[in-house]
Amino acid sequence: MTEGGEAILMEDVHKRYGEKRALAGLDLAVRRGTVHGLLGPNGAGKTTAVRVLATLLRYDGGLVRVAGHDVREEAARVRRRIGLLGQHAALDEALSGRQNLEMFGRLFHLGARGARARADELLERFGLAGTGRTPAARYSGGMRRRLDLAASLLTEPEVLFLDEPTTGLDPRGRGEVWESVRSLVDGGTTVLLTTQYLEEADRLADRISVVDGGRVVAEGTPGELKTRAGRDRIDVVVRDADRLDEAVRVLPFAPGETAVDRDRRLVSAPVRDRMAALAETVRALEAAGIEAEDVALRRPTLDEAFLRLTGADARRGEEAAA
Amino acid sequence: MSAAYAVSDCWTMTRRELAHWARQPVQVAVGLVFPVMMLVMFGYLVGGGRTVPGDYVDFLVPGMLTLTMVFGLEGTMTAVTRDLDKGVVDRFRSMPMTDGAVLVGRAAADMLQSAAGLLVMTGVGYAMGWRAHGGPAAFAGALGLLLLLRFAMLWAGIFLALVAGRPELVQSVQILVWPFGFLSNAFASPDSMPGWLGAAVEWNPMSATATAVRELFGNPGGEPGWVTAAVLWPLALLALFFPLAVRRFRRLGA
Ligand SMILES: Nc1ncnc2c1ncn2[C@@H]1O[C@H](COP(=O)(O)OP(=O)(O)OP(=O)(O)O)[C@@H](O)[C@H]1O
Ligand SMILES: [Mg+2]
Repeated sequence: MTEGGEAILMEDVHKRYGEKRALAGLDLAVRRGTVHGLLGPNGAGKTTAVRVLATLLRYDGGLVRVAGHDVREEAARVRRRIGLLGQHAALDEALSGRQNLEMFGRLFHLGARGARARADELLERFGLAGTGRTPAARYSGGMRRRLDLAASLLTEPEVLFLDEPTTGLDPRGRGEVWESVRSLVDGGTTVLLTTQYLEEADRLADRISVVDGGRVVAEGTPGELKTRAGRDRIDVVVRDADRLDEAVRVLPFAPGETAVDRDRRLVSAPVRDRMAALAETVRALEAAGIEAEDVALRRPTLDEAFLRLTGADARRGEEAAA
Repeated sequence: MSAAYAVSDCWTMTRRELAHWARQPVQVAVGLVFPVMMLVMFGYLVGGGRTVPGDYVDFLVPGMLTLTMVFGLEGTMTAVTRDLDKGVVDRFRSMPMTDGAVLVGRAAADMLQSAAGLLVMTGVGYAMGWRAHGGPAAFAGALGLLLLLRFAMLWAGIFLALVAGRPELVQSVQILVWPFGFLSNAFASPDSMPGWLGAAVEWNPMSATATAVRELFGNPGGEPGWVTAAVLWPLALLALFFPLAVRRFRRLGA
């Protein structure tokens, strides 16, 4: 382990599937003993990133280190230190929960007796002690997810990857998974968690990277991200499309934060002081003699904040391409 | 990673396959009964009008045993793709286990099943009147050649399954196995075929095994001197497909 204490490090990582760029220069640094959220919409590249980190997928370029080891050069070392809960169940569903855990335990070289004891312990801890010989295929979705999670915790890994751990679970199942993650982190495990739920990232993660199009578009603590992306916005709809550019010039918004939608004749910007911004906007429009169809303040929801963070990147990408 | 771990990993993966059998006894039984059905069908229904030397049952049984070894490839392919499809292989690959232990487990289980299949089929063949005349050593040698062929076909099956990837694609590959199986001397002697077909049949690796096994059993259709070919053909296939399969498995994430 390096003195920097980064349990997970990805630098400028690229991965393409044929023409499709799944990772386009992804950067990620996760301190030891913390929970890091990877938040992004469908197809953002979350699973691809996790599979690269878990040594399951080759990448095309960049640097990837887990627990201080290069995933390409020292895959065996990495595998001894990680646990993986993939997006889809990675279980032998023809076998019972106990059979699964014992098998994986033996493969982690816990020995026959060690594997059996560990299986007992985990079945108990995840509320699966009564499942007997029932094959995992007949478990409920939540039970299967818990068994999968138990399998990824067999060795109390140094670094744990959780790819959408609670998707498809009911609120109770979700709460149980959250509980387990928290107690793990208390034990010193580093967790990388992907999710589409802001609430989940908010509750569990110390820091969040918002991913879109295979890149990180925003990074920070949940609080930072909320204030950065989730600020109130003011929307101004100009009557005459020809005067849109003029409106952008006269309005008292920071140029970098102003979004323009030509089709809707809309200028939009985040604001700090709602009332002052409203007054300034109306004054500026009047002074320039620009007629507004609508001026409105909006308070974004958490989900909108997330959409804005990821959508903002899409716009930036278009501008770069133009 | 020490050799002890490697052995333990391979054994764990073999136990996994055995645990699957214990879960699906009916499927295992069907797997054993199917070749027996083929044997009985060919023996009694098709058997009548064949132009082969000697008693047709004595000719047929070694041929069917050989054919069963070749067709075992289908079961192997199905099992491998089903595993890949399920995602459990992802967990294996993310663990510090021996490279290829997953494949060795598959191979061990399939070999066990094939050995059991051979015993059942020879038993049924015996009941149908088939007799081996070569003595115990030759008998064991014949079974050895058959299992060697199965072993080679098994690794070809693993490789093809890894290439095909999805169960749907396996079916299309399986169709290719059929002409390979039937364009052999399993059911009919090449002498009774048109020249070009007979030549193709003689060059089929499967025909080499069938001929050698017939010779060792002392059954009609055997010719001396084929044992070498029956050893070399499977070894050549193994030399090709074993490394290909292991390499392919290692590169699954590419
Ligand atoms: N095996 C593959 N072959 C081709 N394209 C792929 C493959 N796997 C992923 N992709 C593509 O790469 C991109 C990133 O996919 P990835 O699964 O990493 O996204 P994700 O963020 O995990 O999405 P989700 O939230 O839906 O799970 C997507 O556009 C996807 O279509
Ligand atoms: Mg995903």
